[in-house]
Amino acid sequence: MTKHITPGSAPLNLNDFRKVGGYSSVHKALKEMSPADITGLVKASNLLGRGGAGFPTGVKWSLIPVDNDKSKPKYLVCNADEMEPGTFKDRYLLEGNPHQLLEGMIISAYAIQAQKAYIFLRWAYKKAEAELHKAIDEAYKAGYLGKNILGSGFDLDLYVHSSAGRYICGEETALLNSLEGKRAVPRTKPPFPAISGLFGKPTVVNNVETLSWISHIVENGPEWFKGLSLTATGGTKLYGVSGKVKNPGTWELPLGTTMRELLEIHAGGMAPGHRFRGALPGGASTDFLIEEHLDVKMDFATVAAAGSRLGTGTMIVLDDRTCPVAFIHNVEKFFALESCGWCTPCREGLPWVEKMLASIEEGTGKMEYLDLLKFNAKYMGPGNTFCAHAPGAAEPLQSGLNYFYDDFVMHIDGKKCPWR
Amino acid sequence: MLTEEEIQEIRNEVSQYPFPAVACIDALKIVQQHRGWVSDESVRDVARELGISNEEVDSVATFYSRIYRKPVGRNIILICDSVSCMIMGYESLYEFISKKLDICFGETTSDGRFTLLPISCLGDCDNAPVMMINNDHFNRLTVEKIDELIAGYK
Repeated sequence: MTKHITPGSAPLNLNDFRKVGGYSSVHKALKEMSPADITGLVKASNLLGRGGAGFPTGVKWSLIPVDNDKSKPKYLVCNADEMEPGTFKDRYLLEGNPHQLLEGMIISAYAIQAQKAYIFLRWAYKKAEAELHKAIDEAYKAGYLGKNILGSGFDLDLYVHSSAGRYICGEETALLNSLEGKRAVPRTKPPFPAISGLFGKPTVVNNVETLSWISHIVENGPEWFKGLSLTATGGTKLYGVSGKVKNPGTWELPLGTTMRELLEIHAGGMAPGHRFRGALPGGASTDFLIEEHLDVKMDFATVAAAGSRLGTGTMIVLDDRTCPVAFIHNVEKFFALESCGWCTPCREGLPWVEKMLASIEEGTGKMEYLDLLKFNAKYMGPGNTFCAHAPGAAEPLQSGLNYFYDDFVMHIDGKKCPWR
Repeated sequence: MLTEEEIQEIRNEVSQYPFPAVACIDALKIVQQHRGWVSDESVRDVARELGISNEEVDSVATFYSRIYRKPVGRNIILICDSVSCMIMGYESLYEFISKKLDICFGETTSDGRFTLLPISCLGDCDNAPVMMINNDHFNRLTVEKIDELIAGYK
């Protein structure tokens, strides 16, 4: 997937991309395959959504009522609102190979018979925005977008929507509200977007990394895709490591690569003078894993079994010279600020949590706060909220309290932060 | 009152959508592009243009972090304060800039040159600490680099 990305240089233009096989999958899909064939292929590949939730992509598509009636609009939306703290993988794909994404989107739109597609892009990704516009112009001129693509009778228009900021826009139903010009507040599910999505029409929302896979699966088949991973899941993953490591970065590796390999080989180990204490394996909304988990294979099921989530696959490392309370406070402050305010556990719970953590960090915390933090983590958890925002916020909090309990107590007993 | 140019740009956006209210965020962005921020008067003007209530427009305008409902400086400095940048020391950058410009987060310099704001994760965590000035992105920042960067914005 990242083969044709050269960091630091411009992405391939349409001609150069075609020279390395780009868009051949579009020819194959639109000329030789039916929409159902493609959905079947993606289902068989077991491609799990790379946005964080890991939902099977083919299953998501198959929920769309497919017919060729052009009077019944359907939509494809690419979620490029990357804003999960510690996550920097979609930027790499957007800036590095926009045509690969377009190729995937054309095939995906054909599979669900959508005639309009949107890329919902983080406003801050200015370089990606420019590259996408350039690539879309080229694709229109080459006849890969617009009316009657490659003589197949299939029409597709593609638009880039640059967001106006807010993490919650990444939640798929909030994203749809935002595309409709409203506040980005999540919607009740069901109905799921596949039945009632953008403007109340059937809609599929997929992540950038997920859509960037589609052309390769069409080209090489599901068995090839499954063979790429070290576990049963299938495919590779764009992993990342940030924090006090020697060589922070992002790498495409087989799904199921261990945390240890990521940390010690690809990221080069801890920065001199720093010791590993733990990590959020897949962005800010995932549970901490610690040293004993280093041999955990980073795929959806294995990370879940270890008590966390693969999430976006981009790991944030906590070192021994960073205060764990400050780390968790920073993360919870982010979630408190980014809550859309729609439902109570999130709107009320997160600021409460943030205030208690601030107080503990400043040395004015009380022991009873620790129970209150646990109480909040529980009630912000799954099943109590409208969307996954507060449950995501609860993950680093509950696991942080569990693994770094003594550090919290040291702040409260000592009435100051031992790291300051 | 909206200018002819603003009205034209808003109507261009509206023409792409099934109904005018969909263009609400685009319309606010257009007004902000021309005026730097969105005043109460602009909220009313946009509402009239789109045929929706003032409250609907304001609910959208106050929701999104990139729509400014207060006047801002000619340049906006956005310092990432999320966790990877915290580990990599954004706080010392903030302190340096804050001292140099004599403003805290949320404030504008008295000459109107800079507004300083925090921003959530900018998705460049392997190159932390990171910030943006207007639409320009800067990474691997050190206090030494800041002076030179800021000097480029008048």
